[in-house]
Amino acid sequence: MTATASKSDTPADTKTMTMIAAINNALDLALEQDDAVHIFGEDVGVMGGVFRATDGLQAKYGADRVFDTPLAEAAIVGMGIGMGLAGLKPVAEIQFAGFLYPALDQVLSHLGRYRHRTRSRYHLPMVVRAPYGGGVHTPEQHADSPEAILAHTPGIKVVIPSTPADAKGLLLSAIHDPDPVFFFEAIKLYRSVKEAVPTGDYRIPLGQARIVTEGDDVTVICYGGMVEVAQKAAAAAQSAGIGVEVIDLRTLVPLDTDTILASVQKTGRAVVVTEAPRTGGFHSEISATIAEEAIEYLRAPIVRVTGFDAPYPPFTAIEDVYRPNAVRVARAIKAVMGY
Amino acid sequence: MTRSKSKPKTTPAPPPPDAAFDAAAAAYEQAGNMFQLIAPDGTSTGAGELPNPETRLRLYHEMRRARHFDERGWVLYRQGRLGVFPPFGGMEASQVGTAAALTADDWLFPTYRDTGAALTLGLPIARALAYWRTSPHGWAMPENLKVLPFYIPIATQYPHAVGAALAEKRKGTNNVAMAYIGDGGSSEGDFHEALNFAGALEAPCVFILQNNGWAISVPTRSQTRATNLSKRAEGYGIPGVRVDGNDVLATYHVTREAVERARRGEGPTLIETVTYRVKPHTVADDPSRYRTDADNEGWDAKDPVLRLQTHLMNEGLLTGDSEAALLEEVADEFEAALKEADAYPDPEPAEILDHVFAEPTPQLRRQREQILNEQGLSEENA
Repeated sequence: MTATASKSDTPADTKTMTMIAAINNALDLALEQDDAVHIFGEDVGVMGGVFRATDGLQAKYGADRVFDTPLAEAAIVGMGIGMGLAGLKPVAEIQFAGFLYPALDQVLSHLGRYRHRTRSRYHLPMVVRAPYGGGVHTPEQHADSPEAILAHTPGIKVVIPSTPADAKGLLLSAIHDPDPVFFFEAIKLYRSVKEAVPTGDYRIPLGQARIVTEGDDVTVICYGGMVEVAQKAAAAAQSAGIGVEVIDLRTLVPLDTDTILASVQKTGRAVVVTEAPRTGGFHSEISATIAEEAIEYLRAPIVRVTGFDAPYPPFTAIEDVYRPNAVRVARAIKAVMGY
Repeated sequence: MTRSKSKPKTTPAPPPPDAAFDAAAAAYEQAGNMFQLIAPDGTSTGAGELPNPETRLRLYHEMRRARHFDERGWVLYRQGRLGVFPPFGGMEASQVGTAAALTADDWLFPTYRDTGAALTLGLPIARALAYWRTSPHGWAMPENLKVLPFYIPIATQYPHAVGAALAEKRKGTNNVAMAYIGDGGSSEGDFHEALNFAGALEAPCVFILQNNGWAISVPTRSQTRATNLSKRAEGYGIPGVRVDGNDVLATYHVTREAVERARRGEGPTLIETVTYRVKPHTVADDPSRYRTDADNEGWDAKDPVLRLQTHLMNEGLLTGDSEAALLEEVADEFEAALKEADAYPDPEPAEILDHVFAEPTPQLRRQREQILNEQGLSEENA
C-alpha cells in the first residue's frame, strides 16, 4: 500500500505537543466536528482522565457529550455498543489496557460482529482508547499489552501510534471510521516526546505503515512503545555500518503487509519487536506472514524480540529484563547479520 | 434541644378510605404478590382497569401468532425444515404483552427465546424462520424496525439497551429501549451493571426479566436465594415491578406504565414477569433428565393464551366463529411466510467474508480470493 498524498499530509499550521496533548487535541476536534461524538469512561469527565487525555473537554462540550460512567468496564463497552447501534460515535476510555478484561465478553461476543450479524443494517463507529505497555514502573496490572487478543478478533481494527502527530492523525481517522477501532496508547510515550503536530483536521489513513528510518541490511518491525527502542538500536547499528530499516506498523488491523514485504525483500533480514508476551503474540503473525510470503528472500531466520511468557513484572529493578530495550534489539540485529 | 411545650403532639389523621387501592392491594396479595388483572379462570381481579376491547383483541391475535409459530416450529424442526430453536410456548403473555407496549421507533433487544416478542413488534415471520434456519437472511433486519437479531450470549444485550436508550435521550427523542433476559441471565454481571448504568445515567430503558423457573436444567431456587427478582431493582435505585407473566393484560399494563415513565424522562424500570418454561430449553433438549411432572404441575391451567381466550369469550368479545376465523388468518399468514423463507437463496461461500468492515482489508480481500479458488469459483460468478 502506498501512502496517499492528501492535503492533510502537508499541514500549514503546527504546534509542539506531547502525545497526550495531541490526543486531547484530536478528541477536542472530533467533538467539535461531529455532534455524534460522545466520550465516556471512568474519571474522564470532571477530572479529565487519569492521564488528562480528556482534560477540559467536559467544561467545553458539556456533561452530555463527555461524561463519567459507573466503574464497570463491561458496561462501558456494552453501553458504547448500544450508542453506536443508535447512530452515535462513542469514544470509550478504558483506564488501563490491563483493566479491559471484564469487557472482553462484550468485545469478543459483539463489538466486531454487529456489521456482520446484521448484514450492515447496523455498524459500530466506536473507538475504545486504552493506555498500554510498560517502561514507567507502574503497579501490578498497569502495563499489559493485550493487542494480539483484539487483532485476533474479527471485525475490530487495532491502532497503536508511536508519535504525537501520528496519535492525532490516527485517532481522528479512528473516530470517523465506520467500524470499531481499538486505540492503544503507549503510557511510556505520553509525555516523553514532543513534536510538531498539525493543529487542524489531520488524518492518517488506517492501514499504512510508516518507514521510520531507511536501510538496506535489516528490517526491524515494531509499533507503539517499541518504535523508540528500535530507533535507538538502529542508530547504534548504523554506527557499526549496518543499515537498519525501521518500520512502524501504526495499525495491526488492517496490516500493511505490502510495506513489510517490500522491505524484507530488500534487506533479506527481519527482526520483529513487541513488549507483549511471547506465545501467540502479534509478532508471531508478522513473522509467519514474512515466512509465507517472502521466505525465498531471507538470508537469516526471522528473530522475535518480545516480552516473556510470564505476567508483566511490576518490579522496578528488573522491569527492563522483560520489556525489550535497545540492547536486546541491537543484539538481534547483530545476530541476523552474523547468521 | 429543648422540648416545645406550645403545641401538644397529635397523630396524623389516617388517609381517607380508598376502595380501589384496597382492592388492588388485596388482588396483588391474592395473586401471589404480583400484579394480575385477570385470574387463571379469566375473571377480572379488580387490581386495575382493563385495556379497551380493541387492545385485548390485538393482544390475543399476537399471542395466537406467537403460539402458532412455536407449534409449527416444532413440526418444522422434526421435518428437518428448521434448525434447533428455543421454544417459548407458554410464555406468550410475557413476551407479547411487553413488546406490544412499544412502537416501531423503540428498540427491542431479544434473547434467543423471545421470537414471540420480536414478532409482536413487527419482525416478519419469514425473517424469524430464516434466523432459526441459520440463514443470513435471518440477520437482515428490516430497515423500519429497531429489533436486533436474537442474542445468544447471556445478558450482554442489557448494556446495549442502556446505550441505545441513552443515545435516544441525547438525540432528544422520547424513544425507549427494551431488553429481555431470563432468571438465569439475572445472575450475570452485565445484568447488574446495566441496571446500575441505566439508573445512574437515567437512561429510558425497560428491562424485562422473564422468570420462567429454569435456566436450562437449573431451577431458579438453585440460581439464587432471592425469591422476588424484581427487588433487584432496589439495589440500583430504580423501580421494580412483579407481574403475572401469564396474564397478558397485566404484562401490557405494567409495561406501558414503564414505557411512559421512560418517555417522560423518569428513567428505567425492571419488570419481573413470573411465568414458566413449560417447554424444553430447545427442541433438542430432554427435560426429563432434570425435572419431573411435579415441577410443572399447575402451569397448564395457567396457560396465557387460554386465559385470555376464556376472558374474551366470557365478555362476548370472542365467539366460536371469530376464533376460527382468527386461527385461519394466523395459519395462512404463517404458511405464506414459510413460502417466502423457503425462497431465500442459500448464501454463497464468499459471503462469510461480507460485512466484516465497510471496506474489506487487504487480508480479507486475499482470503476472499482464496475461498473462490478453493471453491472453484471466479469473481464473476461468486
